[in-house]
Amino acid sequence: MSETYTLYNETVMDHFLNPRNMGDIKDADGVGEVGAAACGDIMKISLKIREGRIEDARFKTFGCGSAIASSSMATELIKGRTVQEAMGFTNQEVVTALGGLPPVKIHCSVLAEEALKAALEDYIKRHPEAAGKPDATIPA
Amino acid sequence: MTRVFLDHQSATPLLPEVFEEMKPYFMEAYGNPSSLHQHGLRVRDAMKKARARVAAFINAESEEEIFFTSDGTESANLAIKGVAYANERRGKHLVVSAIEHPSVMNSVEFLEKQGWTCARAPVDPQGRLRPEAIAEAITPQTTLIAVHHVNHDIGTIEPIAQIGRIAAEKGVPFYVDCEASAGWLPIDVQAMGANLVSFSPHRFYGPKGVGVLYRNRKARIVSILHGGVQEGGRRAGTENVPAIVGGGLAAEIAARELPRRVARTALLQRRLWEGLKARIPYIRLNGPEPGPERISTNLNLSTEFIEGEGQLLSLDISGVAVASGSSCVSKSLKISHVLAAIGLDHALAQGNIIMTLGQDNTEQEMDYVVETFAKIVTKLRAMSPMWEEFESGVIDSVISPTGRGKSFTDHAASISGKPAH
Ligand code: FES
Repeated sequence: MSETYTLYNETVMDHFLNPRNMGDIKDADGVGEVGAAACGDIMKISLKIREGRIEDARFKTFGCGSAIASSSMATELIKGRTVQEAMGFTNQEVVTALGGLPPVKIHCSVLAEEALKAALEDYIKRHPEAAGKPDATIPA
Repeated sequence: MTRVFLDHQSATPLLPEVFEEMKPYFMEAYGNPSSLHQHGLRVRDAMKKARARVAAFINAESEEEIFFTSDGTESANLAIKGVAYANERRGKHLVVSAIEHPSVMNSVEFLEKQGWTCARAPVDPQGRLRPEAIAEAITPQTTLIAVHHVNHDIGTIEPIAQIGRIAAEKGVPFYVDCEASAGWLPIDVQAMGANLVSFSPHRFYGPKGVGVLYRNRKARIVSILHGGVQEGGRRAGTENVPAIVGGGLAAEIAARELPRRVARTALLQRRLWEGLKARIPYIRLNGPEPGPERISTNLNLSTEFIEGEGQLLSLDISGVAVASGSSCVSKSLKISHVLAAIGLDHALAQGNIIMTLGQDNTEQEMDYVVETFAKIVTKLRAMSPMWEEFESGVIDSVISPTGRGKSFTDHAASISGKPAH
């Protein structure tokens, strides 16, 4: 066998093997940790926020290749966005940026969306003033 | 690049001499064994020889007890459904172990939807079945007992001969799935007290596309595939002649080579497990320790704080081919039912990897796998929130509890709002 075949596309494999933004943020402004009910996996996203903008985002993931790639991509995409913009982030963005995921692995990208939103909620909880009208923007 | 194949449970390379034996039956002797002319009679003869070889391989009394199918799954379906339907009027109750292969489990579930009931005898944390558990589950309506020789996931060897005696005493047909043992443990259908036995040659250096079902006269069976009267009317459909011929020779060679293959893999199995255990903290072996209760080819590992698919993908990129029973790997997002049945903690089931050895693996390969896997585990743990939470005392290890922190399962439930599994 000289050729290499991969289970996922090149972008997904790249983000799995060379994840971006892996780790924690010291003195993070918001931390979100969520679990996937489907398979029992766990994802954690930490945010550094300055003047309402995401300056840094880091992740840690206990999960499959798609979950690791999704959290790597999500943290890449989210950096530089305002908190308000980030609240509208969806897993579809991750899937598109990754060039697609197998149907059974879509929930792994949902985990990334949920971890990010949990981190934003945590931030808003800690800084209610930062979120203009927090009640209107925080999904239940 | 170094390539190490450690998934012999899924496939083995065809032996060159088996391939040679098969070759004429593609382009030269292409006849259909059902035909009455020279072309048909020639291949009929070749099939007879294969049948005799397979009968000898498992110590069957007669070659008429050997049926060729398309693979182990079809053999299991025929054994379970064929016996259940044939004995429908006598009773609609089956007894199986809780950790049978999906080809058995799903056949049983199919029958349950049609009014059969089935007792699933529990196993201990090593996957061992108590013969008494089978005896206790039998009712006057029981028409079949099905227990595998060796578990496909965790390599546990079951006390088949003892269960065979119970089955004979109660007069219930006994089916032994030997898919995970054929070629790696001696199979003697008479000593086992088995009325039905199934296996496929691709597990022991034969071709894919052929399965075997042994059935003696004490087990009544009806066909589940309808058409012509091939295989004594028990299995309609044109036979895969080249594969049957190859399977016959692979069986003959397997019988001869078995002691050498077993000694070889047992050595590698110990070297690999000892190496991994010494090099990687918080790793455990699922199923019995290497020795008389475990098949020599299987290592089923749980590495804590990391998930199995990531381990599998990383190993594959490093040239090491393995399997996993993690929920992320399965298409149904459920952990292997075997790991659930032995009561393995969800966190450990998620970190599951299955390595299965073959006769061509080497000591150097084992050492390479140990080093490679150790690096992968370190990398994945650095990425895992569970590892960090373990180190900071939020959660505890299941493998070597420290007494501080809560269990992974409680932790996972508290953050996902739903229990794992
Ligand atoms: S995290 Fe379990 S399937 Fe992706």
